[in-house]
Amino acid sequence: MSNNTAIKIENLSKMYRLGQIGTGSLGQDLNRFYAKLRGKEDPYSIIGQTNDRTSEAESDFVWALKGINFEVKQGEVLGVIGKNGAGKSTLLKLISQITAPTTGAIKAKGRIASLLEVGTGMHPEMTARENIFLNGAILGMTKKEIKAKFDEIIDFAGCQMYIETPIKRFSSGMRVRLGFAVAAFLEPEILIVDEVLAVGDAEFQKKAIGKMKEVSNGGERTVLFVSHNMGSIKTLCNRAIVLEHGKLVYDGTAEDGVSYYLNNQNNASEKNLLQRTDRIGNGKLKFTGIKMLNKKNKSVNEIIAGDPVKFNIDYKTNCDIDVNKLLFGITFWDQHENKILGYSTDEMGITFSNLKNEGYFTLNIPCFGLRGGTYNIKLIATVGGTKMENMLDNIENAYSMTVLPGDFWQTGKANRSGNMALLKGSISQHNE
Amino acid sequence: MNKDEDWDIILKPKRNLLDINLKQIYQYRDLLFLFVKRDIITTYKQTILGPIWFFVQPILTMVIYVFIFGKVAKISTDDIPQPLFYISGIIMWNYFSSCFSLTANTFTGNAGIFGKVFFPRLIVPLSQITSNLIKFCIQFILFLIVFFYYLNSNAITPSYLIVLLPVLILIIAVLGLGLGLIFSSLTTKYKDLKFLMQFGIQLLMYATPVIYPLSTIPAQYQFWFKLNPLTHVIETFKTAFLGSGQFSLTGLLYSCIFTTFTLIIGVIIFNKTEQNFMDTV
Repeated sequence: MSNNTAIKIENLSKMYRLGQIGTGSLGQDLNRFYAKLRGKEDPYSIIGQTNDRTSEAESDFVWALKGINFEVKQGEVLGVIGKNGAGKSTLLKLISQITAPTTGAIKAKGRIASLLEVGTGMHPEMTARENIFLNGAILGMTKKEIKAKFDEIIDFAGCQMYIETPIKRFSSGMRVRLGFAVAAFLEPEILIVDEVLAVGDAEFQKKAIGKMKEVSNGGERTVLFVSHNMGSIKTLCNRAIVLEHGKLVYDGTAEDGVSYYLNNQNNASEKNLLQRTDRIGNGKLKFTGIKMLNKKNKSVNEIIAGDPVKFNIDYKTNCDIDVNKLLFGITFWDQHENKILGYSTDEMGITFSNLKNEGYFTLNIPCFGLRGGTYNIKLIATVGGTKMENMLDNIENAYSMTVLPGDFWQTGKANRSGNMALLKGSISQHNE
Repeated sequence: MNKDEDWDIILKPKRNLLDINLKQIYQYRDLLFLFVKRDIITTYKQTILGPIWFFVQPILTMVIYVFIFGKVAKISTDDIPQPLFYISGIIMWNYFSSCFSLTANTFTGNAGIFGKVFFPRLIVPLSQITSNLIKFCIQFILFLIVFFYYLNSNAITPSYLIVLLPVLILIIAVLGLGLGLIFSSLTTKYKDLKFLMQFGIQLLMYATPVIYPLSTIPAQYQFWFKLNPLTHVIETFKTAFLGSGQFSLTGLLYSCIFTTFTLIIGVIIFNKTEQNFMDTV
């Protein structure tokens, strides 16, 4: 159709063999060869099942990718989203020619370079200068191209002092910087970036994301970007595809792709608390379940910072409680057991009346202000103070939720991760 | 609609048997040179003797051979001075065995880098062949020193066959490459071959007239020794430089044909393996 298609993927599939490769494979090879001689289909490809790591394998073969079709236009930045094992890395490996597809075809215009890992092939005994040339050549640059960009690369890596030092004397961080610097000055028509770039210290992350943006804003380069960071997908990509069990389940705008992914997680986002025995309290009121609802009122366990969120906490009670003194509290804890955020009905001036045997509390937060990370929720209910004898129910780690970095400040950029709160506010500068 | 010709890269499950992209290999020629440079400069980094090690190994081997095979076992060298006889066998054999064993290690030894980045995989064995050629040339200087020493004392009579030296080196390199490609491809699946390789090369040396002249082999076994393509290469080399050996043009032609076939088969298997080996290695 249009002439500016950069990559075309047609009915792409990849099959992997499960379990131990090697034992008995000679027998299968001969069997396969015999089938081929008779002009029959590969006897082992028929029994491949879909890629669902949670259910037990029925056959020895699995389709890591099955029947993928899509096109990427030149200059487009395509985000690839999916759970671990959904087939993202397999897709990148196929496009970057590391392994060949089982069926289908990939067609591309121009050079493809992949940043699946930086610093590949660097030799510890060689100097930074020699390694820049070697690494650049491995990534597909010619000597001339590297020479032309050599000063910029050294400058970007910030290692002018150590040009003639073997990189085995470098710190691991310096090595990563050097590797990234080389990769950053690649100029392929198609660039494949895996989320590994998101590791490293804060300064380096900023540099890497900045470079990514520079690349994607250029409009010339086609970029395939794989990440678990929904914030970066939203801000960097203009289109996204979602993979699930090796199949393409969504293809559209990045914004909708992220919400599709978050809304369609089929893991148990609703948590039953009835079976919990590690609770403290007299049991006159018991928490029985908790779920988190996103802005579309869907039960999820991942939300984006800055989005509205609701928590529904189910309870059962024998009603033998002084309702006016009932206190309900919910606190958010980070992974280091620090209390980050808390809501308590007594200080909020909320009182209850008319308690039935079953019901639920709803905590409604219009703009969720915690940075990206994992948080645990603790629930508490008392009658008249938090002393032991007043305790109705108290459950630690009642729920574990994931917050993805989002656009809290509505600037079009994702906020940073890290267990901290985000509060609305502004900064201005004044002269005396 | 886009025609297929508009695409620069088309990736499909199956490639044609001999579909090697020579243009692509040429585009990556800088990488080949950088690999060679890496091999050479990193081999003896942080050693006191440095490149002198290139000489130490053949000299020590020669001394041992002279003592064991020459003095103790008293194997004939057809009246050629023993040091010269052994050193010529050693450097030729060294080149073959390093080409073979390093090429055979291509997939298993580079799995890490092959799993991350794409570049024409043939670059790796080609660079090994080249860097070993450089090592061979350095060792050949050592041979020439010994050679001229005995030439002065009129102990040997070289012949015009010396002009064939480039052909001999080419046969050794290509045969090592071809066999290495076959073995490296098969080892990705059947690791057993690794063990076969280890002592196979050693045994093959004894089946090749490296430490003995072909003339010492009884007539009824000669046919079997002549099936070994390396026999003709080594014998031609010795005829050319030492003036003693069994040179036969048909034998050398046989070696050439054998080598060509090995290379073709090697490239076919390598080509087939390189697409999917990451899944099995």
